[in-house]
Amino acid sequence: MIERIRRLGRWGCSALESLGDAGIFLAQSMFGIPSVEGIRLWLRQVHFVGVLSLAIVLVSGLFIGMVLALQGYTILVDFGAEDALGQMVALSLLRELAPVVAALLFAGRAGSALTAEIGLMKATEQLTSMEMIGVDPLRRIVAPRLWAGFVALPLLTIGFGVVGVWGGQLVGVQWLGVFEGSYWGNMQASVDFIGDVGNGLLKSLVFALVVTWIAVYQGYALVPTSEGISRATTRTVVYASLAVLGLDFLLTAVMFGGLS
Amino acid sequence: MTDSPFVEVEGLHYARGETAIFRGIDMVIPRGQVTAIMGPSGTGKTTLLKLVGGQLAPDAGRVRIDGEDVHRLSRKSLFGLRRRMGMLFQSGALFSDLNVYENVAFPLRVHTDLPESMIRDLVLLKLQAVGLRGARELSPAELSGGMARRVALARAIALDPELILYDEPFVGQDPISMGVLVQLIRRLNDALGLTAVVVSHDIKETLSIADYVYVIADGQVMAHGTPESLDVDQDARVRQFVHGEPDGPVPFHYPATDFHADLMDAGGRQ
Repeated sequence: MIERIRRLGRWGCSALESLGDAGIFLAQSMFGIPSVEGIRLWLRQVHFVGVLSLAIVLVSGLFIGMVLALQGYTILVDFGAEDALGQMVALSLLRELAPVVAALLFAGRAGSALTAEIGLMKATEQLTSMEMIGVDPLRRIVAPRLWAGFVALPLLTIGFGVVGVWGGQLVGVQWLGVFEGSYWGNMQASVDFIGDVGNGLLKSLVFALVVTWIAVYQGYALVPTSEGISRATTRTVVYASLAVLGLDFLLTAVMFGGLS
Repeated sequence: MTDSPFVEVEGLHYARGETAIFRGIDMVIPRGQVTAIMGPSGTGKTTLLKLVGGQLAPDAGRVRIDGEDVHRLSRKSLFGLRRRMGMLFQSGALFSDLNVYENVAFPLRVHTDLPESMIRDLVLLKLQAVGLRGARELSPAELSGGMARRVALARAIALDPELILYDEPFVGQDPISMGVLVQLIRRLNDALGLTAVVVSHDIKETLSIADYVYVIADGQVMAHGTPESLDVDQDARVRQFVHGEPDGPVPFHYPATDFHADLMDAGGRQ
């Protein structure tokens, strides 16, 4: 029994310690004066984590928008309220699905790649050799990736939302025959730019910070063996997904749950 | 000042978890010479280089490079000091997203404002010195182990460092690459006058180029002296190591229970 309590205590201490390490790591890598070279490296990472994630995010957005319209229609039509389809699709997407699903996809597609890339650099001593050349890997390797993630995910979320709304329109209006004017008109009347679009983007920004932070930290702090890399990559996806879903509940409670 | 040692290690203690790696190491690396640090595998030779380079912090004792205490420097000053050092890693540690040319140009690009034409000249000079000018377009994945290490050497000397640390430069090399590396290390030292520290357990090659040798074992300096003096050292452990005798005070077997009893143990345990 005592041994169990001791183990729990040890686990708690080490969890707190790594949280502290991760915090110092974030602070050390995020803040610095950007150079021309830094901007070039950042743009390259925006391409890797953002542009290359575009296809999976847009295709998912399209399908989710289409499914939403299909499900929504079958329920709404029973109440003769199918005119509210546009409103339903847009609000679910902008408030919830776009930020959350885009962040989950981003964690799986870009987060795991970031962890594996940085981890392999560590395992092959590239980070150490960079340090010995007198270049801080936090600035050169980690910072551009962190900032690229912060910028890319909100943009991907916008893309997800736009394509989703369009997908909803494809199914609702083109296929199921909802009146086009009411689809767009009800959407326009009910979606509040600050309250819905703004809050959705704010969520996405928070998710971007958390997912990218977890991904690069897991890569930087992993045990440099093949097993270590595989564990860290898995941890990135698991921790990032759980963090996104947990934070989503908190943010929703504050933004839309009347707690603010 | 020029006669003062370049690197001084004083009373260095370092433990990894419960295991003590170093228990009071003292070492003086003279300026402009090749100093070898030798010892059996697992004695922490690479760890010692990492302590000298400031990548690890000791539990006690200190390391001074050109008079500066490495572990008391701020992160910024430490990176400043490292620009005066080069290190050759066991694996080469080339940046996999850059080709050979860009790998060697990397330190020049980040630390100098030289025009592109001068960077090109310098990179070609360094690559010529290691015999790989013709391989400049190749990516690290296309290089053999020996070539990768030579490119890494060209990169390590790109900024003309004052101190260069070699981590097991001869491990896993074919005889030709080995000969080339041995010659290169000695020639670089003679031509550029840089201070070199070679960590290795390849006795013949290391003794042939070293001016001074430290042998470490059991976390302490076991012996030190010129290669000639070590060759005739009467200490049993030194003799066993220098002459590569399989049996002696340094046991071949990892500590274990009695072999016969272990075989007879039918409990089915591992």
